[in-house]
Amino acid sequence: MDSLHVVVNGARYDLEGVDSRTTLLDLIRERLHLTGSKKGCDHGQCGACTVLVNGRRINACLSLALTHDGDAITTIEGLAGGDTLHPVEAAFLEHDGFQCGYCTPGQICSAAGMLDEARQGQPSYVTDDADHVELTDAEIRERMSGNLCRCGAYVNIVAAIRDAARPAHGS
Amino acid sequence: MKPFVYERARDAAQAVAALVADPDAVFLGGGTNLVDHMRLGVASPDRVVDVTRLPFDRIEQLADGRVCIGANVRNSELAAHRLIRTRYPMLSQALLAGASGQLRNMATTAGNLMQRTRCVYFQNVTTPCNKRQPGSGCSAIGGYTRYHAILGASEHCIAVHPSDMAVAMSALDARVVVLGPSGERRIPLVDFHRLPGDEPERDTVLRHGELITAVELPALPVAAHSLYRKVRDRRSFAFALVSVAAALDVRGGTIADVRIAFGGVAHKPWRATRAEEILRGTDATPEQFERAADTELAAARSQPGNAFKVKMLRNTLVAALQELAGAA
Repeated sequence: MDSLHVVVNGARYDLEGVDSRTTLLDLIRERLHLTGSKKGCDHGQCGACTVLVNGRRINACLSLALTHDGDAITTIEGLAGGDTLHPVEAAFLEHDGFQCGYCTPGQICSAAGMLDEARQGQPSYVTDDADHVELTDAEIRERMSGNLCRCGAYVNIVAAIRDAARPAHGS
Repeated sequence: MKPFVYERARDAAQAVAALVADPDAVFLGGGTNLVDHMRLGVASPDRVVDVTRLPFDRIEQLADGRVCIGANVRNSELAAHRLIRTRYPMLSQALLAGASGQLRNMATTAGNLMQRTRCVYFQNVTTPCNKRQPGSGCSAIGGYTRYHAILGASEHCIAVHPSDMAVAMSALDARVVVLGPSGERRIPLVDFHRLPGDEPERDTVLRHGELITAVELPALPVAAHSLYRKVRDRRSFAFALVSVAAALDVRGGTIADVRIAFGGVAHKPWRATRAEEILRGTDATPEQFERAADTELAAARSQPGNAFKVKMLRNTLVAALQELAGAA
């Protein structure tokens, strides 16, 4: 059993007795009781557990909690600023980017991280000109391929992210 | 998951010593493969030494033109780095062809090299597997073989190495820098991974306790004109059926230099040295590309479920070389 210090959604947690087998996802859900992040496949294949660690999106199910000592973690519960939704959250509502909603927290966290990656100029497999990354639908689909939606709401998910990517919505 | 002791390495020498002192200890990188294996019961270490905070997180150009990639550089950072995109585009493309955005943010350079096969029988602890449990038999032979080897396999194992990154590094003559209990050594990437032979449980030539600290790329001008072409069952986030990393330098219609490696077809990244030999100094024509592919693939031995890979790989190589020759 080990101690762990993390900041989750701006709140500092000093935790004792963390079992080394605990994943970041289980810590967030079972210990911190932030159940927005979902456990889908538990193998890093579906993306439902996506959270931001120091601003970068990762699969929380494949990450041991103890490796995150000192990290700042943002979950779906921490994306909005008070009553002001994050642009990706607002766009998902506007475009009906979900059906059952189970994959949605992961989709939204992943999209938020992905938009930052694109703003920083990170290329994807379908990028032609890495000096001018433009988020076409093909780019959005490729960059979001780590998030599955079993309801198949992809058309509206892509539309929501395309909308959130517009400069006026830049966060 | 079996209980284990977690410790964070203070420095590289201490990390090496921790493994040397414990035969059941392992290094932890991004965790994307190891944590999954611990959950599945494929791996059950009693000590996990986290090396991700060691200061091997830089990409540097050395005075002689080599590029040194720190072992902890994340796959997404490496793919996006300007030096890699401009001087070794096949490596950037290979990284971006692998996994998902989330996984590339987690996975490290060293961890990518150390990832293990995705053979379904290896990952399923209820089925015999010589790689997971030496001597138990190979369930893939006579089983589901769509994703299995056509080159260099043995009667004991027909699994393939899953990495895209390592295929490009093989073509680029990369070297793996390793720290062990008796000091540092450099291993050519083409010799780093093994063919299965009668010891399929050994993926690499690393000895227990040896820690990867970096990967070095030679200056290699031909690499600036290179690509990575991957064929898979879905367009994104899937392992390769076959893949080709190729670099080509054509001058006046003649091939001055060439580098080729295959992925998804062998227990290790498959450096296509026979094809390179045929192409060096010949005309850059489709006929020569086909002859080179046929010569390299003469040794191919397929299974009932993956015979399609031989023609698929031949066509992928020819297409990759034609694209490079056409854009020369």
